[in-house]
Formats: sequence, structure tokens, C-alpha cells
Amino acid sequence: MNPLLQVTDLQTHFFTRDGVAKAVDGVSFTLEKGQVLGLVGESGSGKSVTGFSILGLVDPPGRITGGQILFDGTDLVAGGEPALRHLRGKRIAMIFQDPMMTLNPVLRIDTQMVETVRAHEDVSHAEALRRAREALVQVGISPPDERLKSYPHQFSGGMRQRVAIAIALLHKPDLIIADEPTTALDVTIQAQILSELQTLCATSGTALIWITHDLAVVSGLADRLAVMYAGRIIEEGPTAEVIARPRHPYTRGLIDSVPRGKRHGAMLTQIKGMTPSLLKLPKGCKFMPRCPRADRVCEAEPSLVPLTSERSVRCFHPHDDAEEVLQP
Amino acid sequence: MIVYLVRRLGQSILAIIAMAVLVFAGVYFIGNPVDVLINPEATQAEILATTQRLGLDKPLYEQFGIFIWNALHGDLGTSFVYGRPALEIILERLPATMELAVVALILSVGIGIPLGIWAGLRPNSLSGKTIMGGSILGFSLPNFWQGMLLILIFAVLLGWLPAGGRGETRAFLGMQVSFLTWDGLSHLLLPAINLALFKMSLIIRLTRANTREVCLQDYVKFARAKGLAGRRIVLVHVLKNIMIPVVTIIGLELGSMIAFAIVTETVFAWPGMGKLLIDSINLLDRPVIVAYLMLTVLIIVSINLMVDVIYSLLDPRIRLSEMKG
Repeated sequence: MNPLLQVTDLQTHFFTRDGVAKAVDGVSFTLEKGQVLGLVGESGSGKSVTGFSILGLVDPPGRITGGQILFDGTDLVAGGEPALRHLRGKRIAMIFQDPMMTLNPVLRIDTQMVETVRAHEDVSHAEALRRAREALVQVGISPPDERLKSYPHQFSGGMRQRVAIAIALLHKPDLIIADEPTTALDVTIQAQILSELQTLCATSGTALIWITHDLAVVSGLADRLAVMYAGRIIEEGPTAEVIARPRHPYTRGLIDSVPRGKRHGAMLTQIKGMTPSLLKLPKGCKFMPRCPRADRVCEAEPSLVPLTSERSVRCFHPHDDAEEVLQP
Repeated sequence: MIVYLVRRLGQSILAIIAMAVLVFAGVYFIGNPVDVLINPEATQAEILATTQRLGLDKPLYEQFGIFIWNALHGDLGTSFVYGRPALEIILERLPATMELAVVALILSVGIGIPLGIWAGLRPNSLSGKTIMGGSILGFSLPNFWQGMLLILIFAVLLGWLPAGGRGETRAFLGMQVSFLTWDGLSHLLLPAINLALFKMSLIIRLTRANTREVCLQDYVKFARAKGLAGRRIVLVHVLKNIMIPVVTIIGLELGSMIAFAIVTETVFAWPGMGKLLIDSINLLDRPVIVAYLMLTVLIIVSINLMVDVIYSLLDPRIRLSEMKG
């Protein structure tokens, strides 16, 4: 059986006045039905652009310059805008980072939900409204009838994100791409939204791509993790294994820099240096200038090598499988 | 909403009172109308008699008091020149100016907003750049010169449209209007275009800038992610957001179009209020000048009040915060 989503050698480049920024440069991964993939990386690693590329929502001057995105057997890159429009919101939904900005401030919630239903299905306004109401109940917004008549500014950030999730759920999509949907929220709300989305996806069999920079958030949620750096996936594998035994020095640095129950006053570990500018990437391994294990070999470009059937890493000097990171 | 309206109404009344003081004092200092009105051969006794008859011998505050008292009773004074109530003379001319301004506004909005959105959606295309180039021309050409050029091209060279006057009029809601007859419409077209070009350019530029800004917002991207058709995104999601600043400008500009259509009316010999004002200033017909300016203030203040109401209908955020306040 085909996987739900198969991305092969995706290239999304931004043609700026200062040169070509290869925001996504050869990303490949597969996602099975109902699976949760965590796409982890720092700002500028290309994780969000990967998400937008799947929906064909990359804004100029960026565009997909190569690769293949197979969704349930259809190539989204070759299909173009008309094919994508019928998938967007219907079979692939997206949730954005900032809930304060995703809902149109001058349109009522019911307008924004009903139009989503009717964009894909030829149903009456009343039927669309009933579906909208049902979706609001599903994400725990009450009283739904009153809330439908409200405007976005009458909701808190967490509530707005719930509305956005409700909109994403309207058509019971096969895949939801969530671009840091909890980053802008309070920690308590974050946890609620997280567990609700997890439950909703699990019950409806929806696959999820969770884009985040926060390892702690994604580790409890994702089946698999893909770590991105400078437009490439540098390590991939089952979440528990990647967290417990990271092979790439960058992944290891990320995990080490999460504060945990260390002695009070102990220095936090950090990755030295900064993410390189996409316009001036180093030759060879992009992480080399910041890597404690780098040597002459790393001046060549490493490829993503499978270590086991489940795990792969893009490094000439990966950490040993036996080396476990310090657990709290 | 009611509290808000009452407060805005209070502000409007204050603005009208302040304007009354300014206008009255300003006109008083321009000069003595008796010098202009009376026969240069007149004797001192005749001049004195005229001054007393017009009430110009009283101190300024007393004249102002009489003016306000009469104004509150709907009397803005009697024209020195025509010997008839000033307001009556102005209101006779009002429909012509209103018609010109409204047609000009419809032209500038009806053409300006679609062109502005088009240019905003395709900022780098040839059509988008042409629209923007044209708009620069539209608001940098001097109004009177542009009017004469329109006459030269469409009336003199091509002979398609008449060069001036109002043409045949027909009664509509108790006013004489031109747009209901073919002849009147042909007379109306050139001056309306002349008056509209500047505003149209302004609306094009404003709409384009706002369209570009709104298109970058997350909610537009989210609307695309929902799978909405492009037309619905532009006509509902984008248009409703850009209407807020555009309505403000339209309101301000409608007021100024009614009040200051003077140049266009002069060039096209359009028998409106602007033409009357110029004549009255030349003759120092004080009551007509004051009445004209007061009426203009009233029109601009009422339009602004209407804009605020439309504003709150467009933007739910304003509605709520003002209701609380």
C-alpha cells in the first residue's frame, strides 16, 4: 500500500536580490496514514517552508524548484494550483503558528467556518452551519451557537487556536500540518491543545506533521522525528530512539541544551555559534563550523545514510549507539 | 453604540461653533463691503445709511450675536447683492454641485478600487505598473489645466462632448438634475471626470498599498489553506479589510469635493456653489460667504459622522471597544 505522503528530494528556493536562499534543499520523508511526524529545527532550518511547500502555499519570491510530493499517489508539485485547491482544507489542513493572526478580524466565526465547508462540498448554509457547530463542540468551545456569532477579537489566543483547529477538522482531513501551533500560547493552554489535538487525530485516524523547535513538546506526541538543519533533514528515526540516543552531533546538542533537573546554578549546555545564513552556507557539512566532532572529512557533503531500517543520519562521525544522553 | 454616537455628535457641534467664530471674524477683517457695494459717487450720509441698514455699524460681538441668533432660527442673513436670503441662493446652486460631486465620487470609487486591487495583486506586472504610473499623472496634473485639456480633446478636437454648462435638466426628488437626460449626462461627464481624476488616483494608490499589506497577512494564507477560491479571498477577505481606510478617505474627499469643486466649476462653467462663492468674494457679499462656509462645515462634519458609523459597521473591533467605553 502507498504511504499517505511521500516527499522526495524537495527543493524550495527563495530568489532574493542578494542571491538564492535554499530554504529547503533535498528533503525526503514518508508518512503513513494516522502517523505523527515531528519536524524539528531552529528558526530558518526550513521546517515551516517544508510544511507550506506541501500545500503549495510558498509565497514569492520562493517557489518549489524540484522534487516530488506524492499525496495518496498524486504528485502535488506537478498537479499545480487547481489540483491543490481541492486538497487544501479538504484532505490536507493546516494550523498556523500565531492564532491572533490566522482568523480574519472582520469576519464572524460562522462566516469563516461555513465558507470552508462550502468551498469543498455543495451543501446548504444550514447544513454547513450545523457542521461548524459540531466542530466547535469537538474542540471544546461552548456555548457554540453564541460563539459562532462572535468575531475573532472576542476570543483569547487559546480559543482562537481551537477555532483554527475546528476549521482544520471540518472536512476530517487525512493530514494536518501544524506549524508550531502552541508556540504563541501559555504553557497550560499549550498542554491542553496538545493533548486535544493528539486525541482528535488518534480517534479520526488523521496523520499529523507537527512542526516545532521545541523538542520537549514533540517528544510526547510524535511517532517519528525528523531533525532539520539548514534546509536538510540531518537525522530521522522513531521519537524515543532519537531522543534517547541521538546520533547526529546537532541533535545531541539540541537535546543537551534543554534544561533539565540539573543541580541549581549549573551552566546550561549550548551549541556554539549561530545557524548559518542560507545565502552563505558553508561547503560540505552545513553543521561543520559549529560541530565539536568535525574534521577534514566533513568538507565533503555527507548524505542521509540509513543506520538501521528505521533510522538514518547525515553525518560522517555520528555518535555511537551506546552513548546515551544524560537522562533527568 | 448610542453613547458613542451622542459623544461624536457633541464633538461635531463643538466643531461647528468653533468654525462659526472663525468664519465670522475672518470675513469681518477682509474689508468693508460698503466700499464695494455702494456707488463711488455716494455722499457720506448715504454711506452711513447703508452701513446702518446692513447692521455694519454695530460692534463685532453684537453682529456675531445677531448672526448666531438668526442662524439658530434658520436664517443665515440676506445677501447684500441679491437682496434675498443667502441660504436660499446657495441651496439653489447646491443640487448642481452635489450632482457633480456624487458622480465624480462614483467614478473615482468604481474605477479606483478595482484598479487598485488589480495593481496590488500584481505589483510587478506590466498592467500593475501602468496603473501606478497613470495614477501619478492623475494627481500631479494641475486641475484647471487638466480640465482645459479635456475640453480641448473631447469638446474641441473630437467634438464628442460639450465644453461647458449643465445641459437639459429634469426634476428628481425636488431637485433639478442633469444625469436623467442624455443631453445633461453629456454635459456632466467631462467636469465629473475632471473632478474625479485626482481622487481616483488617491484611491488607486491607497487600495493598492492596503491590498499588498493585507495579502501578506496570515489570515489570507489561512484562507488559501482552507481551499477557498481566489475570487472569494479577494472579494471577501481582502476587500472587507481594505475598505476601512478607503471609506475614511472617501468620506473626507466627498466633503472636499462638494466644498471645493470651485476650479472645475469655473473651468466648465458649471452653475454650482463654487462659482457662487468666487463671485461673492469678489463682491464682498458677506452673508453669502459666511452662509456658504457654514454650510460647507455642516456638510463635512455630517459626512465625517456618517463615515464613523460606517466604520464601526465595517470593523467589529471598533464597535465593541466603543460600546464598552
